[in-house]
Amino acid sequence: MASASLWNRLEPLLPQVQKPARYIGCEDGAQTPEHGPGIVSWLLTYPDTYEVGLPNQGLQILYEILNERPDATAERSYAPWTDLEALLRRERIPLFSVDTHRAGGEFDVIAFNLSAELTFTNMINCVDLAGVSVRSADRADADPLIGVGGHCTYNPEPIADFVDFVVLGDGEEAVGDITEVLREWKRAGKNSGTREGVLRELSKIAGCYVPSMYEVEYEGAHIREVNPRYSDVPSTVEKRTVADLAEWPYPKNQLVPLTEVVHDRLSVEVFRGCTRGCRFCQAGMITRPVRERPAEQVRSMISNGLKRTGYDEVALTSLSTADFSGIQDVISGTITDAGEDRVSVALPSLRVDAFTVGIAAELQRARRTGLTFAPEAGSWRMRQVINKLISEDDLYGAVESAYSQGWRRMKLYFLTGLPTETDVDTLGIAELARNCVELGRKHQKSPSVTVSVGGFVPKPFTPFQWFGQNTVPELGRKVGLLRDDLRRAKGVQLKWHDPKATLVEGIASRGDRRLGPVIEYVWRHGGTFQEWSEHFNYELWLEAMAANDCDVDWYVHRHRTEDEVLPWEHLSAGLHKDFLWQDWRDALEEVGLEDCRWTPCYDCGACTGYGIEHRVASATPPAGGSQGTGVNPASGGAVPVVLQNRPPVGAVTT
Amino acid sequence: MRIRIQFSKLGKVRFTSHRDVARIWERALRRAELPVAYSEGFNPRPKLSFGLALSTGHESDVEYIDLDLDPERVQDLDLDTLPDLLSAQLPVGLTATAAVVADKRMPSLQQAVTSCTWRIDVAEDDLSLIENAVAGVLAADEIVVTRERKGKQITDDLRPLVFSLDVQSPKVDGRPNESGSTLIAELGTQPRAVRVSELLAALDPPLTELRVHRLHQWITTDDGQRTDPMTVSAAASAAVGAT
Repeated sequence: MASASLWNRLEPLLPQVQKPARYIGCEDGAQTPEHGPGIVSWLLTYPDTYEVGLPNQGLQILYEILNERPDATAERSYAPWTDLEALLRRERIPLFSVDTHRAGGEFDVIAFNLSAELTFTNMINCVDLAGVSVRSADRADADPLIGVGGHCTYNPEPIADFVDFVVLGDGEEAVGDITEVLREWKRAGKNSGTREGVLRELSKIAGCYVPSMYEVEYEGAHIREVNPRYSDVPSTVEKRTVADLAEWPYPKNQLVPLTEVVHDRLSVEVFRGCTRGCRFCQAGMITRPVRERPAEQVRSMISNGLKRTGYDEVALTSLSTADFSGIQDVISGTITDAGEDRVSVALPSLRVDAFTVGIAAELQRARRTGLTFAPEAGSWRMRQVINKLISEDDLYGAVESAYSQGWRRMKLYFLTGLPTETDVDTLGIAELARNCVELGRKHQKSPSVTVSVGGFVPKPFTPFQWFGQNTVPELGRKVGLLRDDLRRAKGVQLKWHDPKATLVEGIASRGDRRLGPVIEYVWRHGGTFQEWSEHFNYELWLEAMAANDCDVDWYVHRHRTEDEVLPWEHLSAGLHKDFLWQDWRDALEEVGLEDCRWTPCYDCGACTGYGIEHRVASATPPAGGSQGTGVNPASGGAVPVVLQNRPPVGAVTT
Repeated sequence: MRIRIQFSKLGKVRFTSHRDVARIWERALRRAELPVAYSEGFNPRPKLSFGLALSTGHESDVEYIDLDLDPERVQDLDLDTLPDLLSAQLPVGLTATAAVVADKRMPSLQQAVTSCTWRIDVAEDDLSLIENAVAGVLAADEIVVTRERKGKQITDDLRPLVFSLDVQSPKVDGRPNESGSTLIAELGTQPRAVRVSELLAALDPPLTELRVHRLHQWITTDDGQRTDPMTVSAAASAAVGAT
């Protein structure tokens, strides 16, 4: 195939755009891709800017795994910023890879990592820029297949019209299986009329969901059922789970960009999964069970990685990193290995307790600027509802310990708009913040606390998937309560996520296939980079919903009932629906649930369904008890609570 | 112990910024396991200092970095092999070309360099038009430009800083300029460095920049002697060694 690099056409445009280093590639760790007739080529694309997309570990892992295969090759692409996009469209230059500046349309697969709903329109834009039809039904046999994966694709129904396949769960093994199917198809010449057959073959791969192989039947506004169109297509698509992280020590050659990116440091994934069971947290639910990397492997990945990259900072990544049972070994090992070199270790997700602050103190000997904690809710009652079992003593202990050891700034993350939330709970956020500053005064001259409040978006495959999201005025009112209450609080800064963005996330989060035209409408009217506040266009989304007869209230603010067929019901993250429903009822009754790594199994389905188990490096819970708090979580209120103003029909009546 | 390194920045990597290059060097030095000295204090930084910034998108044969080594950890430092050792840790397009020992008492690179020679490819190909524009600049008594700095309008005269300006077309250094023409300019850097874009905008008519390449950085002393950052420091280090 004649495949000239687009570099010569791109080069003259780069002096005209912001941050041209986004488009040059040349990173340390970049591979030298080889294309050929027997080789399936993947363009791994992050539908946001280079700075945001390059550090994405998922894409980097797949980039290496695919390039190690003799029958596959992988390059990378990122969404060009609006200035370059305008020039590309004017000069008729397509989306390109940054590795060899090859046109997107020349790849066999364009695969996107989708980690946020607001990137959906950017994904479509990239497909269009590559010169490929945005709707899968309109694509020709030889066109690239459009694949997606990532946390946001556990409910891919809103983008079902645009994608050819979806990978649910861990991609390490699935990309190999997909490559094998495509290799045979490519070898046979991708003849006319064979695309449908290939999609059908892909649908038989575990974890690979092909939306066009399923028919959705509606009954009024509701879904009656979703059925496969052929008998050999599975009726339920189960997520893919890598059982043992030790077998996948990737990325081995983390990319070192030439220009600054959002996480400009070495990242080592220490475990996948989380069993704390925070009920609002989709990531914690869908990535079960816990699979820890052996401490020795973590240590060698850190020391090899630092040596190879020249970074002086490593982040240990996972959900709730302080829960890694090998954390002490890894930290002391890293400090020993570094010797005289200055290395700082970052724990992106801190647990709220003094133990964690002790670790942080050990790590950040120098720069003690700020620490971040996520209590998530302002009252103990509310935290029982969401199963984030942190007592006020835990928080105050952690905060005081941090102030006394030299930190001056704390950042506290909260959600508002949670199920059963009252104004007492909301104002509890302000109370906690004021008390934290007060504690800081004992140790620091001008302690500060930044309170960051996000509107809660109920997510699929969580116990809160049935909950009707708060409206924009209601979220605005709650933020207003906090603003008024904190107006005179010295040392407390309040930040909040735009409730309008929360609403749009809510539309896509639990939407169904009827939202396809809505998303396409937003894209066709210029609605790209919706994650960027300067580009976010709330009115456009409302206009798109109205133009396509989609009711915002029905999609976002309505409580779902137990018998409702949810749009993602034919997909599975392993979690039993009755487990989630029971957990939802427990939430409403303010009953907490302990971390299941060290307690009897609740049979959520994530382990038992797939015949796998938690893999932990230590048989005993980490310091502070199974939730890291030393608190008995079973002390929930016995009185059933009323859910907001509108209880869900058929929900908790006991 | 201070080492001065000369390096080139060519090809795709020219689209990185001055700050990007600084970070690339920090990582390269750690990878090369060179015992760079660190500043004291809460947030220790490696002791590196860079010369005049090169605009994003411009190429150069002659960039400089000064780095301080920790004398207690320096062993068997071989200045002849150091450039290759460092180049191996730098991305394609950044190449260390020479290394010398510098004297810490000398003025910094930014203070010492007095002018730079630039090769400027422009899009215009009407030779007489370009020659007229150049002649206009050279004949002018002053070239007043206004620019914004920290919210204030500042007026400067560029003319004293245009040391020389020649039209070289169609070939320069044996390299054909396929479209447009090429200028060679020596522009002063004290009290401030004239940017190539300012020069092109000040021409009548203004010319359109295609590619810009820094060919030399010069140090002209008060007595008119002309050297470059590498020879000066070599002489200085020899002098330091002799005393």
